[in-house]
Amino acid sequence: MTDSANTRTGRFKIRTSALRAYTMLLALIVIWLFFQWATIDQYHPYGLFLGAVNFSKLLQQMAVTGVLAVGMLMVIVCGNIDLSVGAVVGLSGGIAAMSQGWGVVPSLAAAIVVGLLIGAIQGTLVAYVNIPAFIVTLGGLEAWRGVILKLTKGATIPVEHPFFRSLGRDFIDPRIGFGLAIAGIAAIAWTNIRRNRARQRHGLKVLSAAAIATRILFPSVVIVAFIFLMNKAGGVPIPVIFLLAVALAGSFLTANTTFGRYLYAIGGNPDAARLSGINLRRYILAAFCVMGALAGLASILHTARVGSASPDAGSLMELDAIASCVIGGTSLMGGRGTVFGAVLGALILASLDNGMSLLNVENWAQYVVKGGVLVAAVGFDMFGRRKA
Amino acid sequence: MQAPLLEMKQITKSFPGVRALDGVSFDLSPGEIHALVGENGAGKSTLIKILAGVYPHPEYDGEIFLDGSARCFANVRDAEKARIAVIYQELSLVKDVSVAENIFLGREPRRFGVINWEKLYSRAQQLLDDLHLAIDPLTPVRNLGIGQQQLVEIAKALSQDARIVVLDEPTAALTDAEVETLFGILNKLRARGVAMIYISHKLDEVFRISDRITVLRDGRTIGTEATSDLDEARVIAKMVGREVGQIFPEVKHERGDVIFEARNVTVEDPGVPGKLLVDRVGFTARKAEVLGIAGLMGSGRSELLMAIFGAHPGRKSAEILVDQKPVQINQPSDAIKHGIGFVTEDRKRYGLILDQTILKNMTLAGLRKLSGRFVTNEDAEAAAGERSARELRIKANSVFTIAGTLSGGNQQKVVLAKWLLTNPRVLFLDEPTRGIDVGAKQEIYAQINKLAERGLAIVLVSSELPEVLGLSDRVIVLYEGRITGEFTRGEATPEAVMSCATGHARRAA
Repeated sequence: MTDSANTRTGRFKIRTSALRAYTMLLALIVIWLFFQWATIDQYHPYGLFLGAVNFSKLLQQMAVTGVLAVGMLMVIVCGNIDLSVGAVVGLSGGIAAMSQGWGVVPSLAAAIVVGLLIGAIQGTLVAYVNIPAFIVTLGGLEAWRGVILKLTKGATIPVEHPFFRSLGRDFIDPRIGFGLAIAGIAAIAWTNIRRNRARQRHGLKVLSAAAIATRILFPSVVIVAFIFLMNKAGGVPIPVIFLLAVALAGSFLTANTTFGRYLYAIGGNPDAARLSGINLRRYILAAFCVMGALAGLASILHTARVGSASPDAGSLMELDAIASCVIGGTSLMGGRGTVFGAVLGALILASLDNGMSLLNVENWAQYVVKGGVLVAAVGFDMFGRRKA
Repeated sequence: MQAPLLEMKQITKSFPGVRALDGVSFDLSPGEIHALVGENGAGKSTLIKILAGVYPHPEYDGEIFLDGSARCFANVRDAEKARIAVIYQELSLVKDVSVAENIFLGREPRRFGVINWEKLYSRAQQLLDDLHLAIDPLTPVRNLGIGQQQLVEIAKALSQDARIVVLDEPTAALTDAEVETLFGILNKLRARGVAMIYISHKLDEVFRISDRITVLRDGRTIGTEATSDLDEARVIAKMVGREVGQIFPEVKHERGDVIFEARNVTVEDPGVPGKLLVDRVGFTARKAEVLGIAGLMGSGRSELLMAIFGAHPGRKSAEILVDQKPVQINQPSDAIKHGIGFVTEDRKRYGLILDQTILKNMTLAGLRKLSGRFVTNEDAEAAAGERSARELRIKANSVFTIAGTLSGGNQQKVVLAKWLLTNPRVLFLDEPTRGIDVGAKQEIYAQINKLAERGLAIVLVSSELPEVLGLSDRVIVLYEGRITGEFTRGEATPEAVMSCATGHARRAA
């Protein structure tokens, strides 16, 4: 047991979950380089894809799916599924648009509250009435879409309020962007140093100064480069700020709280979780509530970006969110997956969408490629695990 | 006696690290019911699985003769073709399908590949009539009680024209009336010349129905004799006849006050309403004491602990007192709050999350105490986990090793560590050494004694008699959901405990 700390930071031993994340990161880089090469023309001698303007657009496109994927991850990790999120995005967005007369803050709050309520209803049916999540949310997918049609009478409602619109379309001031970058780097440095002190206090192996410096430096470089790139295109898009906040919060919730640990335990072995004193129902309900609230937030970003709420808004978004999780290494059986992976999955899907559109790939081929990538990602995973 | 229909000679079968069967011989004549008895782990199931082709020919040593000619079964199908039918304890019926379809599953009468339903139903009806069973062949099996399902299994065996029928604990789930029906049918089959191997822990039934009895112990044949030449006491002596080795250190615990008491625990079978798995059982546990609960499989041991811990899925009632004060335990978290820990039977199903690290498994039950109410502290957890791993001598690269990759003994230690990290005062151990090697067993025994010395009240359930007798300060014995005996360490001889565990004797301390 003496070399445990070594193993954690060891040079050659990489945990399998980390290995999976590196593979996906590598796949993303290959996809990016391919599109960058494929979009070289006389006007863009270095390629168009990763240019500031296009990259900014790509991130805006993925924000909604990314937010949903974070919620979906929690639902899937505890062994469930939510097929209703697309319809919830439509309904929450419709209600936000319809209630603009109350003022912008109440209308935005309404969207989130509606999402949360729907999550609570569906979560209760799953956790306390023992109806399988697949059935409950399949019913939700139909029913909530019907409620939208009833409420909006089938009409598309424009977003009037400029602040509402700005949430989907505007950018934060480049100076604020830099401020956030500095705050982020400071936070990373502080947690790393504090963590190391804590390890010392608990008698665990302490990291060397060089190791800590790398752990601080590498993400800092990524953050600064990201802010520079975004600021070239007018600043970080507001939806991307929301996505980053949701991803950070989701990451913390799943990795650093008892709530997160219980979700993984419930998905990994419900019997063992129950006998360890975990109240399964409470945590499954909570996961659905988080998913619902995030669907409400996603509906705001989506409605603001499109500029109106239409009755069919959000259709098929649930499948993009599930696909993001799965591409990012989440097991549909529960117990396995990370927020980082789910967001990475959303980024891969958005990159494929954006890149293929730039190349004018025909619509039918785009669907085929995305479907193929989904199946291939899981196929590689299974293949890798069988060998291991 | 006639020429034997079946002879198994010098059967030896090894699993990694264990020799399950060591030169066992067994024979069976037509029209005979031959009982096979022995403690759990004596090798009965292994012997049957060899006969049934579950462990195919090259995997064991020895010879099988049917009607005097040597046979080797490469798979289950071969054994079925030789007209051997095995009715396992866990019934293998498809619950949502009709009785008739179950009887002919995989052998449906067909014409050009299409199932001939009329023929299927009429043949099923014939079989059931033949056994005087008032079961509608069209009913889904799910709607039948366990007893009737057992009888359907027998009808299925007969539909295959079986000459040899093996019954593994056939009465474990039956009511008294159903046992009578079963025995009536077995007698009829015997008269027809069908040979049967009857495995049971219930000696009274064995003596009622069998012609001969073979006792297995530790993978060896102890003896085969005509039932009329034996009595229950002699069979029990043969079953347990071994010295309780010195692997159990002689420890004298300083027994303290009663800190835990269960009264009138009654547990109903969730699958069979009205059938009681545990019937008004009560016991006390003292500080620094090991209380052993002996009993054979199906005696209600695990259900008793599960119910007290708030984890039994069906109906139950119990009065629980902690420190002489009544407490309500509705779910496992209540039990944990009152200082009860529970190392469950079947660690893979109930104990571990196999995909997760040793550390995450260890800290799961005590997470809030070890790590934080909401925000977790990975370093505090790692420190506690590593201390625990050192103390229990868990052999792994680190506490970040995935639990599923460990050996059984180390997995069991992880489960034990999980519960010790909740700081329990009362620790339930259900079959803590099942399926682990001798070395790991001894380490677990040493831990149990250490924990008792430290002042824990330990409740130990085990079907291995030497284990219960070697570790416990006090032993209670369960049989069919009731307490049939209570012993102090000095009084608990293997013969006396086994008599109570097989329903042969009752004894109050």
